[in-house]
Amino acid sequence: MSSVDVASRPQRTASLVWRGLTRSPSGFIGACIALAVMAFAFIGPLVIDSTNPSNGDKIWTGPSAEHWLGTNHQGKDTLIKLIMGGAEPLLVGFMAAFIAVGVAAVVGSLAGYLRGPVDTVALQITDIALTVPGIVLMLVITAMYRQISATTVGIIIGLTTWPVLMRSIRAQVMSLREREFIEAAKLQNLGTLRIVFTEILPNMAGYIFINFILAINNAIYALVGMYLLGLLPSTADNWGLMIQESWATSAYKDPDAFLYIFMPLAMIIIFQIGLVTMTRSLEQALNPRLREH
Amino acid sequence: MADDQPIMSVRDLQINYRTGKRSEVVAVRGIDFDLYPGQSMALVGESGCGKTTLGLGLLKLLPRMGYVPQGEIVFRRKDGNTANILTMDKEELRRFRWSEAAMVFQGAMNAFNPVQRIGDHFTDTLQDHANSKQRWTKKDIAERSEELLRMVRLEPGRVLPSFPHELSGGMKQRALIALALALNPQVLVLDEPTTALDLLTQRSIVEELHRLRAELGFSMIFITHDLGLAAELADRVSTMYAGRIIETGTADDIFYNPKHPYTEGLIKAVLPVAGDLPELASIPGSPPSLATLPAGCAFNPRCSYAQDDCRSTTPPLEPLVDRESDLSHRTACLHSHRINFSREVIASA
Amino acid sequence: MPDKTTPLLALEDLHQTFKTKRGDVPAVAGVNLEVHAGKVLCLVGESGCGKTTTARAAAGLTPYTGGKIRFRGDDLATLDKAGRQTFRESVQYIHQDPYASLNPVRTIVASITAGLRKHKHVKNRAQAREAAVKLLEQVELTPGESYLDKYPHQLSGGQRQRVAVARALAMNPKLLIADESTSMLDVSIRVSLLNTLGRLRDDLGVGFMFITHDLAVAKYFAWGGEIAVMYLGKVVEQGPTPQIINDPQHPYTKALISAVCEPDPKLARAKKTLTLRSSEIPSLTDLPKGCAFHPRCPAFEPGTCDVDVPPLEVLEGARRLACPVIARDHSEQPEPAVRSSQ
Repeated sequence: MSSVDVASRPQRTASLVWRGLTRSPSGFIGACIALAVMAFAFIGPLVIDSTNPSNGDKIWTGPSAEHWLGTNHQGKDTLIKLIMGGAEPLLVGFMAAFIAVGVAAVVGSLAGYLRGPVDTVALQITDIALTVPGIVLMLVITAMYRQISATTVGIIIGLTTWPVLMRSIRAQVMSLREREFIEAAKLQNLGTLRIVFTEILPNMAGYIFINFILAINNAIYALVGMYLLGLLPSTADNWGLMIQESWATSAYKDPDAFLYIFMPLAMIIIFQIGLVTMTRSLEQALNPRLREH
Repeated sequence: MADDQPIMSVRDLQINYRTGKRSEVVAVRGIDFDLYPGQSMALVGESGCGKTTLGLGLLKLLPRMGYVPQGEIVFRRKDGNTANILTMDKEELRRFRWSEAAMVFQGAMNAFNPVQRIGDHFTDTLQDHANSKQRWTKKDIAERSEELLRMVRLEPGRVLPSFPHELSGGMKQRALIALALALNPQVLVLDEPTTALDLLTQRSIVEELHRLRAELGFSMIFITHDLGLAAELADRVSTMYAGRIIETGTADDIFYNPKHPYTEGLIKAVLPVAGDLPELASIPGSPPSLATLPAGCAFNPRCSYAQDDCRSTTPPLEPLVDRESDLSHRTACLHSHRINFSREVIASA
Repeated sequence: MPDKTTPLLALEDLHQTFKTKRGDVPAVAGVNLEVHAGKVLCLVGESGCGKTTTARAAAGLTPYTGGKIRFRGDDLATLDKAGRQTFRESVQYIHQDPYASLNPVRTIVASITAGLRKHKHVKNRAQAREAAVKLLEQVELTPGESYLDKYPHQLSGGQRQRVAVARALAMNPKLLIADESTSMLDVSIRVSLLNTLGRLRDDLGVGFMFITHDLAVAKYFAWGGEIAVMYLGKVVEQGPTPQIINDPQHPYTKALISAVCEPDPKLARAKKTLTLRSSEIPSLTDLPKGCAFHPRCPAFEPGTCDVDVPPLEVLEGARRLACPVIARDHSEQPEPAVRSSQ
């Protein structure tokens, strides 16, 4: 190996992620956007005064000095609703992504490493899970329980989106297990669980991280879809709910009330853009490593 | 061709690599040598010393990141005129390469286009480098291809219609050598010609090269880390370290009387298979990164003979024994007189 | 009951046949070898001869298709879980590529002590780090502490290979199977690693099965031990290293020794090439009848060499040879002056 190669050797995932985000302008901007939205949604509520009284005189007013984004059908301030309404969808998104990636990683890696009967069973379960439509499941649960919490939504979205990721994780693990350092781990009799979770999966950390971010995207989409379809009644402040309310009241047709549907949508879209831009430059930073020894 | 004139003269050659938007590294520097007709010269060194870069640079075959900031490579063509390879334009280079000097690249396995038959490779090469006077007809090409393959003892009927993957490693290497000799070059540059080949195949390639040199009389520069190959094939050996030639001389000079601590270290690290068991010694430390070379002599941190002056001056390549045809024994060491090479026998056969 | 003469590892008529689309590939076809504690057995041969396959089967990495492997007299196939654990700890394998055998995302200390921590030989992190430092010092990576938290990409090839050896030593092995451990290293580093391995052999009494295609490396490392030469899945000659190197008997061994490019210009000039009858290497799926070497062998005798596969038989003393022609001529000659071998 020439000394020039030594400088470009693979490094730890964390430093590669940092490099991907700081070296590429688009990655950096993407990360900033995503972090800004998260700050808006999580830190915002701590900073402002969240009392938002209904006001019958101010239904669907447009932007004004007192209400920067106008008011809704209850006379409540739109901006306050916006600030308060981000935490729940984002949290649900994170939770769903966490569950999806977690289940996919465990099932996929064990199936890919052990092969044989374990693999066959895992694939069967995956195929079955693949066919369960999340929407239908949620309709059923809503019908059974009337009220459905955001947490439940997160769990359900997570449990219905892991199959696709499982297959690609499985494929990667199948190729990693042939590598010599895995054989060396077997020579030390480390045992399946230790090998899979401390030797193999950390090698895929970058890939899993990127998929985690994409899963957040998908989960939020799914969530908004649920709200739009009116499947998820919620009393908490929630962007999805704002969208549903203005859709249900056809208020978006009113130019003064337009912001009530536009702003939450914009927040979600901006967050997605931030995440997607981030992942693109992360992929570039992490990919050579996936190909290298 | 007058034998008292060098066929290739390299003066003060330096090759840099651009490693980033604003950074570059000096891969090879201060290269000076003359290659005479019929000579066989080995460029010996370990990984990262710059020998492959130098080999590529001699025929201006550097990758895009590489460039030559200074120096000259003067070649004496078949018609007697001299030309500096580095100042040739694209057309001149095209006519120069392969007909005056040719290269056999490292990794013979991968040098062929996997979807082209061997015969097509020959056709392409012969046509690409033909000058305006030569017009190759299909018949000419077929005849010449067969002649070349027979010259390296390959069966044309078997090899020409085959795809590269259908040939063994040894056969591919021979075919590459035949391809390089297609237009009768005066100089052949080979990069690690026997790495990755089995012992018996290696031996047959070495025998082949001996024979071809005797028959065709070309000069040869071959790049290798294998001292055995150098001892077999080379009239003269130049050892490289951190981008410089640090010792040069005849094969006997280098192997029996090395006068640079690095060369001495290399010779002491290898042993002949036949005979007694000599003492073996390794060189402590590891080669420096080209981006952060030590001050003074690049070898000084690892050198057991190092003194203070070694850390402040970069020793020039100075002659110890002057000979003709650039077979002088030269070394770049301020304390070469203290080196007395000897080897103890640990156990007799 | 294992006694002092029981070999650490014995391969009895080992076969390893791979099933491929082109047919059965008998990569290893009846190999009988023994490795004793504190001794070196070097397997040499060209690519495709089966030496790596033999080594991997001996290390228990790939299941073999025929024959027996005995560990201290016990058949591997009959070992219980505890027995298999003992075998796993006693017989370790070192890969050829130091860049691939270490996990790129684990620190050196994590890689080396994974086994110790799993099998509870160390109780906590501090003990693990101490143990790692001791192991690193055994492979001459000092000061050990400076290497603990590094990642493989921060080390050179030679250092990585030493870390791989240290990791193997963590299991307290009695036998190390090293597959071309030095072929990817620079010449000047090779010697250093071989000397380190030699010290382990001498000081710790670790036995070695050393695979290499480089005869010079085999000569240096196995000088006090034995060399077994393999060709197309079989051992064709075996014996004490100085004898095999300087007095080869099998025509293939003779061809190999004469083919080596000696790093000595006088020796190179004096070399007489041994010409073989053919340069084509038979494919393992289409082996010639009888002795696999006969199509290329200068000592070929029709009727003897192309009928039966020659068995590996004792030639004299500790030497074994699989060539009836040479063995017959050898016994017909008067005994040469006895060579003293170390």
